[in-house]
Amino acid sequence: MDRVPILSLGDVLLVSIQVDLQDESVVALQEDLAERIVDSGASGVVIDISAVEIVDSFIGRMFATIASLSKVLDAETVVVGMRPAVAITLVELGLSLQGVRTALDLERGLAALRRRRAERELRPAEDPDGSDEAVEAVETPAATGD
Amino acid sequence: MADETQRVYALVRSSEQELLDRWVDVAAASLQGRLMRSELERACGDLLAALTPALDAAGLNIRADAYASARALLAEMSRDRARRGFSPSETATDVFALKEALFAIADARGEAVETVVAVSRWVDALGLYTFEVVAKAREQVITEQAEQLLELTTPVVKLWEGVVAVPLIGTLDSARTQVVMEKLLQTLIDTGSEHAIIDITGVPAVDTEVAQHLLKTVVAARLMGAECTISGIRPQIAQTIVALGIEFGDIPTKATLAAALLHALRNSGVEVVRRRRTGAG
Repeated sequence: MDRVPILSLGDVLLVSIQVDLQDESVVALQEDLAERIVDSGASGVVIDISAVEIVDSFIGRMFATIASLSKVLDAETVVVGMRPAVAITLVELGLSLQGVRTALDLERGLAALRRRRAERELRPAEDPDGSDEAVEAVETPAATGD
Repeated sequence: MADETQRVYALVRSSEQELLDRWVDVAAASLQGRLMRSELERACGDLLAALTPALDAAGLNIRADAYASARALLAEMSRDRARRGFSPSETATDVFALKEALFAIADARGEAVETVVAVSRWVDALGLYTFEVVAKAREQVITEQAEQLLELTTPVVKLWEGVVAVPLIGTLDSARTQVVMEKLLQTLIDTGSEHAIIDITGVPAVDTEVAQHLLKTVVAARLMGAECTISGIRPQIAQTIVALGIEFGDIPTKATLAAALLHALRNSGVEVVRRRRTGAG
């Protein structure tokens, strides 16, 4: 079984998937990632899937699972470099990956994480319960239907 | 059956010249001089010359191999006539004229009803074959045009650095959505654009299926990390969308392409300002 390497880039963890994933390596990746986030206290996770050509519903769900998992550990997940064919497949499978942030490429993904961190630091931490929702609303201005 | 075939064959062979003359007469009458008689004579003569040995070899089944040359002649004839503006019925009528000619001869020879029925069935099959050829040729043209249309009507244009738009024109179906989707997503990658605008000004009607297709495209673009706006919603379309209860969710929709472009520009941090006139204007 191939283990997917997890690289550390500042306080961001970079997962670059270069092989066709098997189900067990997906499970292993989720476990490894959770451990690494806790160990390193990373604030962001970037999953680069620009080399992935084939996805199934299991892998599609992995993105959502990793996103929720890192959210619980207070890290933001960005999936970058999705190929058109992969995007179409996921849509046809009915997986819209709600709650997963995406970016065109690694550079933009890292930039998005930086922006998000800057926003977070600007925001006073007086409202820890509601803050998460508030940030969510700010970072996706399109979501207000404007 | 074999007996019937024999009798039809005998009928055709009995007086070939007379048959041909009668056939040309009837066909020429229905065409009312739109085709030269000599040309008609040649066409009918060739056809008859191909049909007679085929009838002998394979009987009344015009799908048999022995009929290959006769079928080719018929196909050539109907294609040629179609090109010259004759309707498929007129071409078929020409072939059916053979029936009339054969009936007249059968009548003169006092043939049994069974023979006449067999003749009728045989000529009907020949006439219908010309119809089939025309229909097939038309279908081919339609398929080719549909493909060309698919290619022509889905351009992806770049409006600004990082902003691309697809002006959709015509009815959206699954095949077209697929092409649009693939082209748009590929362009997003090629140009590194983070904003896409789907303009539906040219879409005549939006129903739940079309909306479904649009939603799919938007979600796919989002998965790749691009924001998608739908623009060009005409008043009637807006009415339909509301009446059908179609939910576009959190997808931004704009009335015009201009509004969508402005929205995309603002989102990417570009501010559009009117330059103040310095002269005495």
